[in-house]
Amino acid sequence: MIGGKFIEGVGASTLRVAQEVGGIVVLTGQVLRALFPPRIDRRELFKNLYKMGNRSVPIVVLTAFFAGGLMTLQAGPFVKKLGATSLAGWGAGYAVLREIGPILIGLMFSGRVGANNTAELATMTVTEQLDGLRSLAIDPIRFLVVPRVIAMIVMLVALTILGDFVALVGSSVVAKAMLDIDFSTMYYSFVDNLTPADFLHGIYKSIAFGAAIAFSSCYFGVTVRGGAVGVGKAVNAAVVAAAVSIMLLDFFLTYLSSH
Amino acid sequence: MSDAAIHIHGVHKSYGRREVLAGISLDVPAGSRLGLIGPAASGKSVIAKLACGLEQPDKGEIIVLGEDMVGKREVQLGPVRRRIGMLFQNYALFDFLTVERNVAFPLEQRGGMAADEIKAKVTERIKSVGLAGSEQKLTAELSGGMKKRVGIARATVADAELVIYDEPTAGLDPVTTQKIYDLLTADQVRTKATVLAISSDVVALAQFVDEIAFLYQGHIIYRGPAATIADAPDPLVRQFVRGELEGPLEDVRKAQT
Repeated sequence: MIGGKFIEGVGASTLRVAQEVGGIVVLTGQVLRALFPPRIDRRELFKNLYKMGNRSVPIVVLTAFFAGGLMTLQAGPFVKKLGATSLAGWGAGYAVLREIGPILIGLMFSGRVGANNTAELATMTVTEQLDGLRSLAIDPIRFLVVPRVIAMIVMLVALTILGDFVALVGSSVVAKAMLDIDFSTMYYSFVDNLTPADFLHGIYKSIAFGAAIAFSSCYFGVTVRGGAVGVGKAVNAAVVAAAVSIMLLDFFLTYLSSH
Repeated sequence: MSDAAIHIHGVHKSYGRREVLAGISLDVPAGSRLGLIGPAASGKSVIAKLACGLEQPDKGEIIVLGEDMVGKREVQLGPVRRRIGMLFQNYALFDFLTVERNVAFPLEQRGGMAADEIKAKVTERIKSVGLAGSEQKLTAELSGGMKKRVGIARATVADAELVIYDEPTAGLDPVTTQKIYDLLTADQVRTKATVLAISSDVVALAQFVDEIAFLYQGHIIYRGPAATIADAPDPLVRQFVRGELEGPLEDVRKAQT
């Protein structure tokens, strides 16, 4: 009896996840179709680029600075102990560019921008604003979702580039302040050991993470049911889906790049 | 059906297990004004959405302005929707736009009008619904009644061939209600548009429309002249319109519970 209920529960959860993944795939198809021909409302696009990108800069700078510093702080004692201070920058930079930068900024972006996007779209859905657009023969996907998807992907890449730079500065500042490693040592450690591939690896990931955050946040926003409670649930589901997607994508992209 | 702007025939619509429309048929002749009344949650707004193609029926035929609305994709419904103006029960105003841009939105999106032409038309429309001076406000700053008036301005700004009003005067005081119906009447006389108006304020509605249909338990059980709706031969309709507590409506309700 208990086993039956467990199987029933697993089955129901599997079906729900399959339905949500299917819904996100369908939305992705609708967005891609709406891009040809690319009739994007420029006002909506620039508004979202500003709102999602510019306003995220302070939090990204703060987070990236301390994340970079943390990398040096963790690796510093071993580097000092082994006398390999010339590798301190490489250690911090490699971790920041390939993993910490894209993941941390992706998660911050999901919490700040993705959740806000879901709440906005969900509120518009429950207050019939999407139906209002449809009644005026305006496709809500083309008018509302496409600019948001583009803005989120573009801005997450831009913020990752900024965050990478700030994190490297942060690691250098911490190296100097707490481990007495010169800025020039850190600089040459970055330049001599890090390659463009390390940087690009993080950028590819940020594109994938941006798409995952964008599609999941928009999907849960436009498919919400119920009033305020439904909006809350949609935001929760979008944040969880984005976080899980970021982790899974990170694993598979890292695996693929190493093979 | 040849001269009907809205032709609904044998339409069924269910939500889950609840059948809201049970084979409903309704024609609205072109250029006429029909009022639709009925108890709460009887499916009046569903009919409005079906007529605009925002919902699809489970079964039945819907032809609006000569276009078949059933089984069409969103993009195929675009041309007919541009000929329809719709006021939603809950306003459906775009909260990311100002009052002025909400009203201008249908004209901007349709294209074909110069910016100064749009500006003049929008200013006139906002003034006519009594909201002059509120052009730059966001809709969140407005009261329910003001939102309703912005919705009316948006629904009528493009001189649509068919206008659907879902509760056009809900939340408005009696004086403003009268002003709004005077405005809608003048508008309809000028544009010769077909009007489908849904309202719970039957007395005010009866002054605006030519005929009233009564929707009850998924069917149109009565349709007759608006002027004599309070004396309709059907006791259900009479009780509803007069707001009487005792009568067949209550008997049915008690029997169901």
